[in-house]
Parts: sequence; structure tokens; C-alpha cells
Amino acid sequence: MQDDFSGMEELYRDFILDHYRNPRNAGTLEGADATYEDNNPLCGDRIRMDLKLRDGVIEDIKFKGRGCAISQASASLLTEVVKGKTVAEAARIGKEDVLENLGIQISAARLKCALLGLKVLKEALSLAAPDL
Amino acid sequence: MKVASKPASVSQSLTPHDVARIRANFPILGERPHGKPLVFLDSAASSQKPVQVIEAMDDYYRRYHANIHRGIYHISELATEAYEEARSKVARFIGSPCAAECIFVRNATEGLNLVAYAWGRQHVGRGDVILLTEMEHHSNLVPWQILAQEREATLRFVPITKDGQLDLRSLDRLLAGAKIFAFTAVSNTLGTINPVTELAARAKSAGAVSVVDACQAVPRMPVDVTQWQCDFMAFSSHKMLGPTGIGVLWGRKELLDSMPPFLTGGGMINVVEYERSTYADVPARFEAGTPAIAEAVGLGAAVDYLQGIGMERVHNYEHELAQIALDKLGALSNVTIYGPGIEHRTGVISLTVGDIHAHDLASILDRLGICVRAGHHCNQPLMEKLGVPATTRASFYIYNTPEEIDLLVRGIEEAKRIFKIA
Repeated sequence: MQDDFSGMEELYRDFILDHYRNPRNAGTLEGADATYEDNNPLCGDRIRMDLKLRDGVIEDIKFKGRGCAISQASASLLTEVVKGKTVAEAARIGKEDVLENLGIQISAARLKCALLGLKVLKEALSLAAPDL
Repeated sequence: MKVASKPASVSQSLTPHDVARIRANFPILGERPHGKPLVFLDSAASSQKPVQVIEAMDDYYRRYHANIHRGIYHISELATEAYEEARSKVARFIGSPCAAECIFVRNATEGLNLVAYAWGRQHVGRGDVILLTEMEHHSNLVPWQILAQEREATLRFVPITKDGQLDLRSLDRLLAGAKIFAFTAVSNTLGTINPVTELAARAKSAGAVSVVDACQAVPRMPVDVTQWQCDFMAFSSHKMLGPTGIGVLWGRKELLDSMPPFLTGGGMINVVEYERSTYADVPARFEAGTPAIAEAVGLGAAVDYLQGIGMERVHNYEHELAQIALDKLGALSNVTIYGPGIEHRTGVISLTVGDIHAHDLASILDRLGICVRAGHHCNQPLMEKLGVPATTRASFYIYNTPEEIDLLVRGIEEAKRIFKIA
């Protein structure tokens, strides 16, 4: 009766699980130019990002967090994407880009999980480069 | 009443036949989310509604809706009667000797706020102690935090043991100087059943009033405030087959009589002049504004439904389901179940599976039609104490079956396969 599990693999592809269990750019940065932390009070997902800039470029970025596979993998992917980009380029990254990078179907209830990392990045960027 | 008012069997639990008849009363159980039969395991958050409740509210709106009290015409009198009859049903259901002791509020949260505001601000002063427990829902925590801050009172907490029971060894010391002891009858996260009668008695001998959060108790076990001997008790309709938007604060009459109003306006007054007013007697004093009339009617129908089954049987059946679930889930590798053993718990089971976050597990179960709760269950400090960011919670009620527990087990196995956990 309940043998149809299609769609589940779509939700949790291997690379999502890989980013969840082996997050890239994990940790914190000594002497960061900006640090921002936020959580999703409804589910307790939490992400902190540290940024180091040089000449308008994101020279280094680290994140630390806890939460579901989608929130953590999304943040991990995002750090890979923005590292080495200019602040202006990073600031242009939008919701759609994040979802496209994840490449999985995100239900409305889980959208907040997928986008927490982006929210934290944007706040950190505006701390690091308030004029932008 | 169509079904369930006369149980087919006199057994002390529910037979599969009884459960089939009960399920037939719940239209929502015919829904098929994601093309799968609905397996609803989130009744501790809010239960589903039988047709008897839905129809009672529908009938009210179709035939006799009018504002209650003081309407000098037939349908207003009918509405007033129905509203007050619901209050009497609730009073009998919880063993209250007097219907006026049952205040209709929006939900248990409002009831607890009412006590913190109206009783608390009158009696709690600087240096007084408000005693809570480490397993309280935010609704029985935040109102007391605010009262303590305002009055420069001290909050204390009864600790919990490793298996999620109250550690009562230091209760006398904790109660010293306490004006209020507020605690839950049943933990919404761990399913722990607390010894309410004992806790209320010890509060009384220490000179504190007892405030019981009975949200999880009233739907699933016989509750008798005369036996509990507590001072205040609050619960919500929507967790016990009734509609959202209404709940009950029960209080001992002499305490309620001595309390000032909480919300004010129409309906709660006696004489109003431009500069001052006098207030109505209880319960009207605490029911300012037009109340939730249809919801009261629905709550009355929910009480009828539960009494038709018998709370002893409701409790025993849920206990059976909890036993089955603990056995089957407990046998799975990499599954951690929180809370006490079966003898101290009800059908609320919190668990984690390997390193799968609760939300991921809940998403996978959702695709299988299985509704569970995932997160901190309005219990953030307790989660910190358990050392987990979140748990997945399955809770059972009269319309659940052992077969649904098997589906939950299969869903968890599927989640483990997807996450590559043995």
C-alpha cells in the first residue's frame, strides 16, 4: 500500500547528505570583518557566518550551525559559491539562485530552512560593507 | 448522537471494532495527502474533529446563532442556554462541583496568563518564589517569567531525571517561600504523567497555590479536580476533539471570587458609570466581550463524545498504543526514545533517528502521509537539557491503530535508508 517512495530521493540527494555530514568551510574565523548569526525560532535551525574581505572580495568565509540537512547543506553550498566573489556579486545572489543550487524540490514548510544561510550571508555582508 | 455514545463493548479499552466505528466519525481520515492514506500522529498538538462536533457547530450557526445573555428573544435564549449548558458539561467532565468555576477563555495559554495576571499581580511580591518545572511548555513558562520580572520575584524549577520524570527529592526546599507552583499534568514532549495530587498537596502545605497545565491530560485520561485538589487548572478544547479558539480555566470559586478582571469591556461589568465600574460575578467577570459561542457548543459536543466512550477506556487504549509503539520503535537500531518507561507515560513519544534532523525525518514521513511534529515542541529549555536541537514526536489518540504504528516504523526505516544509516 505505501510502497511508493518516489520523490524522497529527490529531496535528499547524495550531495545534500554529503554537505550535511561534511560541511564545507565549517568553523569560525579569527579577526573576521563581519560575523552574523541567526536562527529559525520555529524549528531551532541556527547558522553563524564569519566573513573576511580584501579589496571588496570575500577572501574567506566560514560557517557554523546546527539544524536539518537542508539548512546546513544550503549554507555549506552557499559558502562555496561566494568564496572569492566580490561583495557586490555576492549581494546579488537571490533566493532562486540558492534553490537552483540545491536542485531539489523544497516544500513551502521547508523554504525557511533552505534560505536561512542566505539570510545570514546578506546580514553579514551588510555589516561588512554597509555602503553597499 | 449517532455513534460512540453507546460503546459496543464494555471492555476497559477499545476493540478494533470500536476504533473502526470511531474512525468513521472523523471525515478527515478519508483524506489522502500525497496520494497516501492520512496517518495522523500529531494529536498532542491538535486533535481531529468528529462529525458530532462539526455538526453541532454547524447546527448552531444555521438555527440559533445570536449574541448571548440579555437578548430578549427566542434564538438568543437558545444560544445562551447552549453556551451555559456547555459550561455545565465541562464542569461535570472535570469533576468541578460548580459550573461557575469554569471560565471560557481562548485556550490554555490565555487561561494561564489570566492566573499570572489576575492572581499573580495581587499576591506575588518582591523576593517571592514562583516554582515551575523543567518540562513546562512555553505557555506555562513565559507568563511566569514576565510576572517574576515585574515583581522582582524568583523563578525556580523542579529538575527532571535522566528518564524525564520530575525529581522530587528537593521539592520541599524548592517550595520554601513559593507563592505559586505551576506544573504540567502530562509533558507534551516526553509523555510523562506527573503525580498531580501529590504535587498539589505539597504546594498547599507550603502555602503556595497550585496551577496545573492540563492540556495533555484532559483529552486522554480521567481528570477530577476534586481529587487533584489543585487551585487552578487550564486546558484547550482543540486537543480534545473540540474546535480551536476556546479553552477552559478552572479555578476554586473563592480564589476566582477574590480576583480582579483580566480583560475588560462588555459582558464583564455590573454597573458602569463614566468614571468607574463594578464587575460581574464569576464566570462573567473573566469573559469580556462576545465569547466563542459556536466553539463552546462544539466543545460541549466533544465532551459528550469523549464521555460516550469513557475516559478510562480512552486512557487505556492510548496506553496500549504507547506500549506497542515503544516496543516496535525501541527495537529499531539507531532510534533513541526520550522519556520514561510505559508505566509513567502516555501516548506521546519523542525520538531521534541517528543524525537525521527531526525536520528531515518529518519531511520524509510526510511524503508517506504520516503527520508527526518535529522541532522543540514549545519546550526549548528542555531540548537543551536533553542535548538535542529537536526531536520528532508521534502522539496517539482514539482514532489511531496499531497498523499506523507499523507504517511509522516503515517510514523510519525508509528515512534511515535514504540517509544511509544502518
